[in-house]
Amino acid sequence: MPEPAVHIAAVRKAFRTGGREVVALDGIDLDVAPGELVCLLGPSGCGKSTLLNAIAGFAPPTAGTVLANGRPVTGPGPDRAMVFQEYALFPWMTVEANVGFGLELRGEPRQVVREKVSALLRQLGLSDFRDRFPKDLSGGMRQRVAIARVLAIDPPMLLMDEPFGALDALTRRNLQDELLRLWAELGKTVVFVTHGIEEAIYLADRVVVMTYRPGRVKQIVPVKLPRPRDTASAEFNQLKRTVSQLVMEEQARHEQAERAATAD
Amino acid sequence: MRNGLGRLAKSLLVPTIVLVLWEALSRAGKISPAILPAPSQVVVRWWLYLAPAQAYDPSQESRLAWLFSGELPQDAAGSLSRVVVGFLIGGGIALPLGLLMGRKPIVYELMSPLLEILRPIPPIAYIPLSILWFGLGNPPAFFLISLGAFFPVLVNTIAGVRNVDAIYVRAAQNLGANEATLFRRVILPAAMPYILTGVRVGIGVAFIVVIVAEMTAVNKGLGYRILEAREFMWSDKIIAGMITIGLCGLGIDVLMNRLNRWLLRWHRGMES
Repeated sequence: MPEPAVHIAAVRKAFRTGGREVVALDGIDLDVAPGELVCLLGPSGCGKSTLLNAIAGFAPPTAGTVLANGRPVTGPGPDRAMVFQEYALFPWMTVEANVGFGLELRGEPRQVVREKVSALLRQLGLSDFRDRFPKDLSGGMRQRVAIARVLAIDPPMLLMDEPFGALDALTRRNLQDELLRLWAELGKTVVFVTHGIEEAIYLADRVVVMTYRPGRVKQIVPVKLPRPRDTASAEFNQLKRTVSQLVMEEQARHEQAERAATAD
Repeated sequence: MRNGLGRLAKSLLVPTIVLVLWEALSRAGKISPAILPAPSQVVVRWWLYLAPAQAYDPSQESRLAWLFSGELPQDAAGSLSRVVVGFLIGGGIALPLGLLMGRKPIVYELMSPLLEILRPIPPIAYIPLSILWFGLGNPPAFFLISLGAFFPVLVNTIAGVRNVDAIYVRAAQNLGANEATLFRRVILPAAMPYILTGVRVGIGVAFIVVIVAEMTAVNKGLGYRILEAREFMWSDKIIAGMITIGLCGLGIDVLMNRLNRWLLRWHRGMES
Protein backbone atom coordinates (compact mmCIF):
# COMPACT_ATOMS: atom_id res chain seq x y z
CA MET A 1 0.00 0.00 0.00
CA PRO A 2 1.40 3.44 -0.92
CA GLU A 3 2.12 5.96 1.77
CA PRO A 4 -1.03 7.93 2.57
CA ALA A 5 -1.15 11.61 1.55
CA VAL A 6 -2.65 12.41 4.92
CA HIS A 7 -2.21 10.30 8.00
CA ILE A 8 -4.14 11.27 11.10
CA ALA A 9 -3.85 9.24 14.27
CA ALA A 10 -5.45 9.79 17.69
CA VAL A 11 -5.87 13.50 17.06
CA ARG A 12 -7.44 15.52 19.83
CA LYS A 13 -8.09 19.24 19.85
CA ALA A 14 -9.39 21.09 22.88
CA PHE A 15 -9.66 24.79 23.49
CA ARG A 16 -11.07 27.00 26.18
CA THR A 17 -13.95 29.36 25.65
CA GLY A 18 -15.45 31.31 28.50
CA GLY A 19 -13.57 29.26 31.08
CA ARG A 20 -14.97 25.97 29.78
CA GLU A 21 -12.98 23.40 27.92
CA VAL A 22 -14.47 22.46 24.58
CA VAL A 23 -13.26 19.30 22.92
CA ALA A 24 -13.53 19.94 19.21
CA LEU A 25 -11.84 16.74 18.05
CA ASP A 26 -11.29 13.50 19.89
CA GLY A 27 -9.69 10.26 18.83
CA ILE A 28 -9.65 11.00 15.11
CA ASP A 29 -8.00 8.38 12.92
CA LEU A 30 -8.06 8.91 9.20
CA ASP A 31 -5.89 8.10 6.20
CA VAL A 32 -6.32 9.74 2.83
CA ALA A 33 -4.71 8.02 -0.15
CA PRO A 34 -2.77 10.03 -2.73
CA GLY A 35 -5.10 11.26 -5.45
CA GLU A 36 -8.17 10.57 -3.36
CA LEU A 37 -11.05 13.02 -2.98
CA VAL A 38 -12.37 12.86 0.55
CA CYS A 39 -15.20 14.95 1.96
CA LEU A 40 -15.48 15.74 5.65
CA LEU A 41 -19.17 16.08 6.38
CA GLY A 42 -21.05 17.06 9.50
CA PRO A 43 -23.16 19.70 11.21
CA SER A 44 -21.51 22.92 12.33
CA GLY A 45 -19.56 22.31 15.52
CA CYS A 46 -18.40 18.85 14.48
CA GLY A 47 -14.83 20.07 14.10
CA LYS A 48 -14.48 19.39 10.38
CA SER A 49 -12.85 22.77 9.75
CA THR A 50 -10.70 22.30 12.85
CA LEU A 51 -9.45 19.04 11.39
CA LEU A 52 -8.75 20.71 8.05
CA ASN A 53 -6.86 23.53 9.81
CA ALA A 54 -4.78 20.92 11.61
CA ILE A 55 -3.82 19.39 8.26
CA ALA A 56 -3.14 22.87 6.85
CA GLY A 57 -0.95 23.67 9.82
CA PHE A 58 -2.86 26.77 10.93
CA ALA A 59 -3.80 25.32 14.30
CA PRO A 60 -1.89 22.31 15.63
CA PRO A 61 -3.86 19.65 17.49
CA THR A 62 -3.60 19.30 21.26
CA ALA A 63 -2.52 15.69 20.91
CA GLY A 64 -2.04 13.07 18.22
CA THR A 65 -0.22 12.78 14.91
CA VAL A 66 -0.84 14.62 11.67
CA LEU A 67 1.36 13.62 8.75
CA ALA A 68 1.03 15.21 5.33
CA ASN A 69 2.90 13.54 2.47
CA GLY A 70 4.75 11.52 5.09
CA ARG A 71 6.04 14.49 7.08
CA PRO A 72 4.71 15.85 10.39
CA VAL A 73 2.77 19.07 9.93
CA THR A 74 4.51 21.94 11.73
CA GLY A 75 2.98 24.94 9.98
CA PRO A 76 1.24 26.10 6.83
CA GLY A 77 3.00 25.36 3.57
CA PRO A 78 2.52 25.37 -0.18
CA ASP A 79 2.40 21.56 -0.35
CA ARG A 80 -1.06 21.78 1.22
CA ALA A 81 -2.80 24.65 -0.50
CA MET A 82 -5.99 25.92 1.06
CA VAL A 83 -9.11 27.25 -0.63
CA PHE A 84 -11.22 29.23 1.81
CA GLN A 85 -14.97 29.74 1.89
CA GLU A 86 -14.34 33.50 2.05
CA TYR A 87 -12.06 33.23 -1.02
CA ALA A 88 -9.31 35.16 0.83
CA LEU A 89 -8.14 36.78 -2.39
CA PHE A 90 -5.87 39.73 -1.79
CA PRO A 91 -8.16 42.65 -2.63
CA TRP A 92 -5.25 44.97 -3.47
CA MET A 93 -3.98 42.64 -6.18
CA THR A 94 -5.47 42.13 -9.60
CA VAL A 95 -6.66 38.69 -10.62
CA GLU A 96 -3.37 38.14 -12.42
CA ALA A 97 -1.28 39.21 -9.41
CA ASN A 98 -3.33 37.05 -7.07
CA VAL A 99 -2.82 33.95 -9.19
CA GLY A 100 0.87 34.68 -9.68
CA PHE A 101 1.58 35.44 -6.02
CA GLY A 102 2.56 31.92 -4.98
CA LEU A 103 4.88 31.54 -7.97
CA GLU A 104 6.47 34.89 -7.19
CA LEU A 105 7.10 33.81 -3.61
CA ARG A 106 8.86 30.79 -4.94
CA GLY A 107 11.16 33.10 -6.88
CA GLU A 108 10.07 32.03 -10.36
CA PRO A 109 11.26 34.36 -13.14
CA ARG A 110 8.71 36.92 -14.20
CA GLN A 111 8.29 35.44 -17.66
CA VAL A 112 7.52 31.98 -16.26
CA VAL A 113 5.02 33.46 -13.82
CA ARG A 114 3.27 35.31 -16.60
CA GLU A 115 3.02 32.26 -18.83
CA LYS A 116 1.79 29.92 -16.12
CA VAL A 117 -0.75 32.47 -14.94
CA SER A 118 -2.03 33.03 -18.47
CA ALA A 119 -2.48 29.31 -19.02
CA LEU A 120 -4.35 28.90 -15.73
CA LEU A 121 -6.59 31.87 -16.37
CA ARG A 122 -7.44 30.42 -19.76
CA GLN A 123 -8.10 27.02 -18.24
CA LEU A 124 -10.53 28.48 -15.70
CA GLY A 125 -12.19 30.92 -18.09
CA LEU A 126 -10.76 33.98 -16.35
CA SER A 127 -8.68 35.50 -19.13
CA ASP A 128 -11.01 38.48 -19.58
CA PHE A 129 -10.72 39.34 -15.90
CA ARG A 130 -6.96 39.35 -15.51
CA ASP A 131 -6.68 43.08 -14.76
CA ARG A 132 -9.73 43.27 -12.51
CA PHE A 133 -9.62 43.62 -8.76
CA PRO A 134 -11.51 41.03 -6.69
CA LYS A 135 -14.15 43.57 -5.65
CA ASP A 136 -15.32 43.69 -9.28
CA LEU A 137 -15.93 39.92 -9.51
CA SER A 138 -18.90 37.77 -8.55
CA GLY A 139 -18.55 35.16 -5.81
CA GLY A 140 -18.20 32.33 -8.32
CA MET A 141 -15.49 34.17 -10.24
CA ARG A 142 -13.64 34.97 -7.03
CA GLN A 143 -13.59 31.32 -6.06
CA ARG A 144 -12.32 30.41 -9.52
CA VAL A 145 -9.48 32.86 -9.00
CA ALA A 146 -8.79 31.36 -5.57
CA ILE A 147 -8.63 27.89 -7.12
CA ALA A 148 -6.34 29.15 -9.87
CA ARG A 149 -4.16 30.75 -7.21
CA VAL A 150 -3.54 27.46 -5.43
CA LEU A 151 -3.25 25.44 -8.64
CA ALA A 152 -0.53 27.85 -9.75
CA ILE A 153 1.88 26.49 -7.16
CA ASP A 154 0.96 22.95 -8.22
CA PRO A 155 0.53 21.47 -4.73
CA PRO A 156 0.11 17.71 -4.37
CA MET A 157 -2.83 18.35 -2.07
CA LEU A 158 -5.77 20.76 -2.00
CA LEU A 159 -7.55 21.57 1.24
CA MET A 160 -10.95 23.09 0.65
CA ASP A 161 -12.95 24.61 3.50
CA GLU A 162 -16.58 24.83 2.37
CA PRO A 163 -15.34 26.57 -0.77
CA PHE A 164 -18.71 26.69 -2.50
CA GLY A 165 -20.80 27.31 0.61
CA ALA A 166 -21.51 30.96 -0.15
CA LEU A 167 -22.43 30.44 -3.81
CA ASP A 168 -25.84 30.05 -5.41
CA ALA A 169 -26.91 26.54 -6.43
CA LEU A 170 -26.12 26.85 -10.15
CA THR A 171 -22.71 28.41 -9.66
CA ARG A 172 -21.96 25.80 -7.04
CA ARG A 173 -22.76 22.89 -9.37
CA ASN A 174 -20.70 24.58 -12.06
CA LEU A 175 -17.67 24.85 -9.81
CA GLN A 176 -18.13 21.32 -8.48
CA ASP A 177 -17.91 20.03 -12.05
CA GLU A 178 -14.92 22.25 -12.68
CA LEU A 179 -13.23 20.87 -9.57
CA LEU A 180 -13.93 17.28 -10.63
CA ARG A 181 -12.53 18.01 -14.08
CA LEU A 182 -9.34 19.51 -12.65
CA TRP A 183 -9.04 16.75 -10.08
CA ALA A 184 -9.32 14.05 -12.74
CA GLU A 185 -6.86 15.89 -14.93
CA LEU A 186 -4.26 16.77 -12.31
CA GLY A 187 -4.57 13.79 -9.97
CA LYS A 188 -4.33 15.82 -6.78
CA THR A 189 -5.38 14.70 -3.33
CA VAL A 190 -8.37 16.74 -2.18
CA VAL A 191 -9.72 17.08 1.35
CA PHE A 192 -13.00 18.90 1.07
CA VAL A 193 -15.01 20.16 4.04
CA THR A 194 -18.74 20.65 3.56
CA HIS A 195 -22.06 20.51 5.33
CA GLY A 196 -23.84 19.72 2.07
CA ILE A 197 -24.87 16.07 1.92
CA GLU A 198 -25.51 16.09 -1.81
CA GLU A 199 -22.26 17.98 -2.45
CA ALA A 200 -20.30 15.38 -0.48
CA ILE A 201 -21.81 12.44 -2.36
CA TYR A 202 -21.50 14.22 -5.69
CA LEU A 203 -17.79 14.84 -5.23
CA ALA A 204 -16.21 12.31 -2.92
CA ASP A 205 -14.55 8.93 -3.21
CA ARG A 206 -15.27 8.60 0.49
CA VAL A 207 -17.53 10.66 2.72
CA VAL A 208 -16.29 10.97 6.29
CA VAL A 209 -19.31 11.69 8.48
CA MET A 210 -18.32 13.33 11.75
CA THR A 211 -20.10 13.51 15.09
CA TYR A 212 -21.16 16.63 16.88
CA ARG A 213 -18.86 17.73 19.71
CA PRO A 214 -16.53 16.10 20.43
CA GLY A 215 -15.84 15.55 16.76
CA ARG A 216 -15.12 11.93 15.98
CA VAL A 217 -15.37 9.89 12.82
CA LYS A 218 -18.91 8.52 12.97
CA GLN A 219 -18.78 6.53 9.78
CA ILE A 220 -16.91 6.50 6.51
CA VAL A 221 -19.21 6.04 3.54
CA PRO A 222 -17.48 5.00 0.29
CA VAL A 223 -19.11 6.33 -2.87
CA LYS A 224 -18.53 3.89 -5.71
CA LEU A 225 -20.82 5.57 -8.26
CA PRO A 226 -19.13 6.39 -11.58
CA ARG A 227 -18.61 10.02 -12.46
CA PRO A 228 -20.25 12.18 -13.66
CA ARG A 229 -22.79 11.27 -11.04
CA ASP A 230 -26.48 11.62 -11.65
CA THR A 231 -27.99 13.25 -8.58
CA ALA A 232 -31.46 12.05 -9.64
CA SER A 233 -30.51 8.38 -9.91
CA ALA A 234 -31.86 5.77 -7.50
CA GLU A 235 -28.39 4.76 -6.30
CA PHE A 236 -27.45 8.35 -5.58
CA ASN A 237 -30.60 8.90 -3.58
CA GLN A 238 -30.23 5.66 -1.69
CA LEU A 239 -26.79 6.85 -0.62
CA LYS A 240 -28.15 10.27 0.19
CA ARG A 241 -30.76 8.71 2.50
CA THR A 242 -28.07 6.72 4.30
CA VAL A 243 -25.79 9.71 4.77
CA SER A 244 -28.68 12.02 5.69
CA GLN A 245 -29.70 9.62 8.40
CA LEU A 246 -26.19 9.76 9.88
CA VAL A 247 -25.89 13.53 9.64
CA MET A 248 -29.36 14.21 11.02
CA GLU A 249 -28.59 12.21 14.14
CA GLU A 250 -25.67 14.51 14.79
CA GLN A 251 -27.67 17.58 13.86
CA ALA A 252 -30.26 16.55 16.47
CA ARG A 253 -27.50 16.24 19.08
CA HIS A 254 -26.26 19.67 18.04
CA GLU A 255 -29.69 21.24 18.51
CA GLN A 256 -30.19 19.47 21.81
CA ALA A 257 -26.86 20.79 23.06
CA GLU A 258 -27.81 24.30 21.99
CA ARG A 259 -31.12 24.10 23.78
CA ALA A 260 -29.38 22.87 26.90
CA ALA A 261 -26.88 25.73 26.64
CA THR A 262 -29.67 28.32 26.38
CA ALA A 263 -31.50 26.76 29.30
CA ASP A 264 -28.44 27.18 31.55
CA MET B 1 -25.17 71.42 -17.51
CA ARG B 2 -28.02 73.64 -16.31
CA ASN B 3 -28.03 71.72 -13.11
CA GLY B 4 -24.28 72.29 -12.71
CA LEU B 5 -24.63 76.01 -13.29
CA GLY B 6 -27.51 76.19 -10.84
CA ARG B 7 -25.52 74.44 -8.19
CA LEU B 8 -22.53 76.71 -8.81
CA ALA B 9 -24.74 79.80 -8.48
CA LYS B 10 -26.21 78.46 -5.27
CA SER B 11 -22.83 77.75 -3.75
CA LEU B 12 -21.53 81.21 -4.64
CA LEU B 13 -24.58 83.09 -3.38
CA VAL B 14 -23.71 83.47 0.30
CA PRO B 15 -19.99 84.20 -0.18
CA THR B 16 -20.88 86.87 -2.74
CA ILE B 17 -23.37 88.56 -0.41
CA VAL B 18 -20.82 88.56 2.40
CA LEU B 19 -18.14 90.03 0.15
CA VAL B 20 -20.42 92.72 -1.25
CA LEU B 21 -21.64 93.71 2.22
CA TRP B 22 -18.09 93.75 3.55
CA GLU B 23 -16.90 95.89 0.62
CA ALA B 24 -19.85 98.26 1.00
CA LEU B 25 -19.32 98.71 4.75
CA SER B 26 -15.63 99.38 4.24
CA ARG B 27 -16.20 101.89 1.48
CA ALA B 28 -18.82 103.68 3.52
CA GLY B 29 -16.17 104.15 6.18
CA LYS B 30 -18.08 102.16 8.79
CA ILE B 31 -15.06 99.94 9.55
CA SER B 32 -11.54 101.17 10.05
CA PRO B 33 -9.28 99.74 7.32
CA ALA B 34 -6.70 98.98 9.99
CA ILE B 35 -9.17 96.58 11.61
CA LEU B 36 -10.81 95.09 8.55
CA PRO B 37 -9.68 96.25 5.09
CA ALA B 38 -12.05 96.05 2.13
CA PRO B 39 -11.87 92.85 0.12
CA SER B 40 -10.67 94.79 -2.92
CA GLN B 41 -7.80 96.14 -0.86
CA VAL B 42 -6.90 92.61 0.26
CA VAL B 43 -6.85 91.44 -3.36
CA VAL B 44 -4.54 94.30 -4.37
CA ARG B 45 -2.26 93.54 -1.46
CA TRP B 46 -2.32 89.86 -2.24
CA TRP B 47 -1.24 90.59 -5.79
CA LEU B 48 1.63 92.80 -4.60
CA TYR B 49 2.65 90.04 -2.22
CA LEU B 50 2.50 87.49 -5.01
CA ALA B 51 4.18 89.39 -7.86
CA PRO B 52 7.96 89.54 -8.33
CA ALA B 53 9.56 92.57 -6.76
CA GLN B 54 12.10 93.25 -9.50
CA ALA B 55 11.59 93.59 -13.21
CA TYR B 56 12.54 90.51 -15.23
CA ASP B 57 16.24 90.41 -16.09
CA PRO B 58 17.20 87.45 -18.31
CA SER B 59 20.88 87.80 -17.42
CA GLN B 60 20.17 87.24 -13.74
CA GLU B 61 17.72 84.35 -13.64
CA SER B 62 15.38 82.10 -15.59
CA ARG B 63 11.83 83.12 -16.36
CA LEU B 64 10.44 80.56 -13.96
CA ALA B 65 12.71 81.61 -11.12
CA TRP B 66 11.67 85.21 -11.70
CA LEU B 67 7.97 84.31 -11.68
CA PHE B 68 8.41 82.73 -8.27
CA SER B 69 10.69 85.39 -6.88
CA GLY B 70 7.87 87.29 -5.15
CA GLU B 71 7.60 87.25 -1.39
CA LEU B 72 4.51 85.05 -1.30
CA PRO B 73 5.77 82.19 -3.51
CA GLN B 74 8.98 82.14 -1.50
CA ASP B 75 7.08 82.03 1.78
CA ALA B 76 4.67 79.37 0.57
CA ALA B 77 7.44 77.20 -0.85
CA GLY B 78 9.34 77.53 2.43
CA SER B 79 6.34 76.55 4.53
CA LEU B 80 5.39 73.65 2.29
CA SER B 81 8.92 72.32 2.16
CA ARG B 82 9.06 72.40 5.96
CA VAL B 83 5.79 70.45 6.06
CA VAL B 84 7.13 67.89 3.60
CA VAL B 85 10.50 67.39 5.33
CA GLY B 86 8.97 67.33 8.81
CA PHE B 87 6.27 64.95 7.70
CA LEU B 88 8.72 62.62 6.01
CA ILE B 89 10.80 62.44 9.19
CA GLY B 90 7.83 61.94 11.53
CA GLY B 91 5.84 59.66 9.24
CA GLY B 92 8.98 57.82 8.20
CA ILE B 93 9.64 56.84 11.80
CA ALA B 94 6.00 56.24 12.67
CA LEU B 95 5.21 53.87 9.79
CA PRO B 96 7.75 51.09 10.48
CA LEU B 97 7.29 51.50 14.21
CA GLY B 98 3.51 51.24 13.81
CA LEU B 99 3.82 48.16 11.62
CA LEU B 100 6.01 46.49 14.23
CA MET B 101 3.85 47.56 17.17
CA GLY B 102 0.72 46.35 15.42
CA ARG B 103 2.19 42.98 14.52
CA LYS B 104 4.46 42.17 17.48
CA PRO B 105 2.76 42.31 20.89
CA ILE B 106 6.13 42.46 22.63
CA VAL B 107 7.12 45.65 20.77
CA TYR B 108 3.73 47.12 21.56
CA GLU B 109 4.03 46.33 25.24
CA LEU B 110 7.50 47.80 25.41
CA MET B 111 6.82 50.97 23.45
CA SER B 112 3.27 51.93 24.27
CA PRO B 113 3.69 53.15 27.89
CA LEU B 114 6.22 55.79 26.86
CA LEU B 115 4.25 56.77 23.76
CA GLU B 116 1.00 57.01 25.70
CA ILE B 117 2.64 59.47 28.11
CA LEU B 118 4.04 61.59 25.29
CA ARG B 119 1.01 61.47 23.02
CA PRO B 120 -1.30 63.88 24.89
CA ILE B 121 1.38 66.62 24.87
CA PRO B 122 0.46 68.95 21.98
CA PRO B 123 3.42 69.42 19.62
CA ILE B 124 3.15 73.14 20.22
CA ALA B 125 4.07 72.58 23.85
CA TYR B 126 7.46 71.41 22.62
CA ILE B 127 8.28 74.84 21.17
CA PRO B 128 10.38 76.13 24.08
CA LEU B 129 12.31 72.89 24.32
CA SER B 130 12.80 72.68 20.57
CA ILE B 131 14.30 76.19 20.46
CA LEU B 132 16.51 75.32 23.39
CA TRP B 133 17.69 72.16 21.67
CA PHE B 134 17.91 73.29 18.06
CA GLY B 135 18.13 77.07 18.16
CA LEU B 136 16.20 79.08 15.58
CA GLY B 137 15.52 78.31 11.92
CA ASN B 138 14.52 75.12 10.18
CA PRO B 139 15.73 72.45 12.66
CA PRO B 140 13.23 73.22 15.44
CA ALA B 141 10.47 73.48 12.82
CA PHE B 142 11.35 70.06 11.41
CA PHE B 143 11.34 68.67 14.92
CA LEU B 144 7.94 70.13 15.80
CA ILE B 145 6.32 69.18 12.51
CA SER B 146 7.63 65.63 12.59
CA LEU B 147 6.32 65.34 16.13
CA GLY B 148 2.91 66.54 14.98
CA ALA B 149 2.83 64.06 12.10
CA PHE B 150 4.25 61.18 14.11
CA PHE B 151 1.35 60.25 16.36
CA PRO B 152 -1.51 60.25 13.85
CA VAL B 153 0.49 58.05 11.49
CA LEU B 154 1.61 55.77 14.32
CA VAL B 155 -1.79 55.29 15.90
CA ASN B 156 -3.54 54.63 12.60
CA THR B 157 -0.84 52.26 11.38
CA ILE B 158 -1.14 50.20 14.56
CA ALA B 159 -4.91 50.09 14.20
CA GLY B 160 -4.56 49.19 10.53
CA VAL B 161 -2.21 46.28 11.18
CA ARG B 162 -4.41 44.99 13.98
CA ASN B 163 -7.42 45.09 11.72
CA VAL B 164 -5.82 43.09 8.94
CA ASP B 165 -8.13 40.15 8.38
CA ALA B 166 -6.31 37.04 9.62
CA ILE B 167 -7.47 35.15 6.56
CA TYR B 168 -5.12 37.15 4.30
CA VAL B 169 -2.22 36.26 6.54
CA ARG B 170 -3.24 32.61 6.47
CA ALA B 171 -3.66 32.59 2.73
CA ALA B 172 -0.22 34.16 2.23
CA GLN B 173 1.50 31.80 4.66
CA ASN B 174 -0.26 28.93 2.96
CA LEU B 175 1.20 30.02 -0.37
CA GLY B 176 4.65 30.08 1.19
CA ALA B 177 5.16 33.67 2.35
CA ASN B 178 7.82 34.30 5.00
CA GLU B 179 7.51 37.04 7.62
CA ALA B 180 9.29 39.71 5.56
CA THR B 181 7.15 39.10 2.49
CA LEU B 182 4.08 38.99 4.66
CA PHE B 183 4.85 42.50 5.94
CA ARG B 184 5.59 44.01 2.57
CA ARG B 185 3.04 42.30 0.34
CA VAL B 186 0.13 41.58 2.68
CA ILE B 187 0.10 43.51 5.95
CA LEU B 188 1.23 46.84 4.51
CA PRO B 189 -1.30 46.95 1.66
CA ALA B 190 -4.08 45.50 3.82
CA ALA B 191 -3.48 48.23 6.42
CA MET B 192 -3.19 50.93 3.75
CA PRO B 193 -6.69 52.41 4.21
CA TYR B 194 -5.91 53.09 7.86
CA ILE B 195 -2.38 54.27 7.16
CA LEU B 196 -3.61 56.79 4.61
CA THR B 197 -6.13 58.12 7.10
CA GLY B 198 -3.20 58.61 9.47
CA VAL B 199 -1.19 60.32 6.74
CA ARG B 200 -4.02 62.72 6.06
CA VAL B 201 -4.51 63.63 9.69
CA GLY B 202 -0.74 63.82 10.12
CA ILE B 203 -0.32 66.25 7.25
CA GLY B 204 -3.17 68.34 8.61
CA VAL B 205 -1.44 68.56 11.99
CA ALA B 206 1.91 69.24 10.31
CA PHE B 207 0.32 72.15 8.47
CA ILE B 208 -0.99 73.67 11.70
CA VAL B 209 2.33 73.17 13.43
CA VAL B 210 4.36 74.75 10.62
CA ILE B 211 2.44 78.01 10.95
CA VAL B 212 2.96 78.10 14.70
CA ALA B 213 6.60 77.11 14.37
CA GLU B 214 7.17 79.93 11.89
CA MET B 215 5.55 82.39 14.25
CA THR B 216 7.98 81.47 17.01
CA ALA B 217 11.14 79.82 15.81
CA VAL B 218 11.76 80.29 12.11
CA ASN B 219 11.46 83.95 11.02
CA LYS B 220 10.46 82.82 7.53
CA GLY B 221 7.43 81.39 5.80
CA LEU B 222 3.73 82.18 5.79
CA GLY B 223 3.29 82.01 9.54
CA TYR B 224 6.14 84.42 10.13
CA ARG B 225 4.86 86.77 7.40
CA ILE B 226 1.41 87.32 8.89
CA LEU B 227 2.89 87.88 12.33
CA GLU B 228 5.33 90.37 10.85
CA ALA B 229 2.46 92.13 9.07
CA ARG B 230 0.74 92.64 12.39
CA GLU B 231 3.66 94.64 13.68
CA PHE B 232 3.13 97.08 10.82
CA MET B 233 -0.65 96.99 11.30
CA TRP B 234 -1.05 95.63 7.74
CA SER B 235 -4.32 93.89 8.24
CA ASP B 236 -4.73 93.53 4.47
CA LYS B 237 -1.50 91.59 4.26
CA ILE B 238 -2.47 89.46 7.24
CA ILE B 239 -5.67 88.45 5.48
CA ALA B 240 -3.86 87.90 2.20
CA GLY B 241 -1.45 85.62 4.05
CA MET B 242 -4.28 83.76 5.72
CA ILE B 243 -5.96 83.18 2.39
CA THR B 244 -2.69 81.85 1.01
CA ILE B 245 -2.39 79.49 3.96
CA GLY B 246 -5.92 78.30 3.26
CA LEU B 247 -5.17 77.75 -0.41
CA CYS B 248 -2.03 75.75 0.42
CA GLY B 249 -4.05 73.57 2.80
CA LEU B 250 -6.68 73.05 0.14
CA GLY B 251 -3.99 72.11 -2.38
CA ILE B 252 -2.50 69.54 -0.02
CA ASP B 253 -5.94 68.09 0.60
CA VAL B 254 -6.73 67.77 -3.09
CA LEU B 255 -3.39 66.06 -3.75
CA MET B 256 -3.91 63.68 -0.84
CA ASN B 257 -7.36 62.83 -2.13
CA ARG B 258 -5.95 61.95 -5.53
CA LEU B 259 -3.22 59.84 -3.99
CA ASN B 260 -5.76 58.12 -1.76
CA ARG B 261 -8.03 57.26 -4.60
CA TRP B 262 -5.20 55.87 -6.68
CA LEU B 263 -3.62 53.82 -3.91
CA LEU B 264 -6.97 52.44 -2.78
CA ARG B 265 -8.45 51.81 -6.21
CA TRP B 266 -8.85 48.17 -5.18
CA HIS B 267 -10.83 49.04 -2.08
CA ARG B 268 -14.52 48.26 -1.80
CA GLY B 269 -15.37 51.69 -0.43
CA MET B 270 -13.70 53.30 -3.44
CA GLU B 271 -16.19 52.13 -6.04
CA SER B 272 -17.33 55.20 -7.92
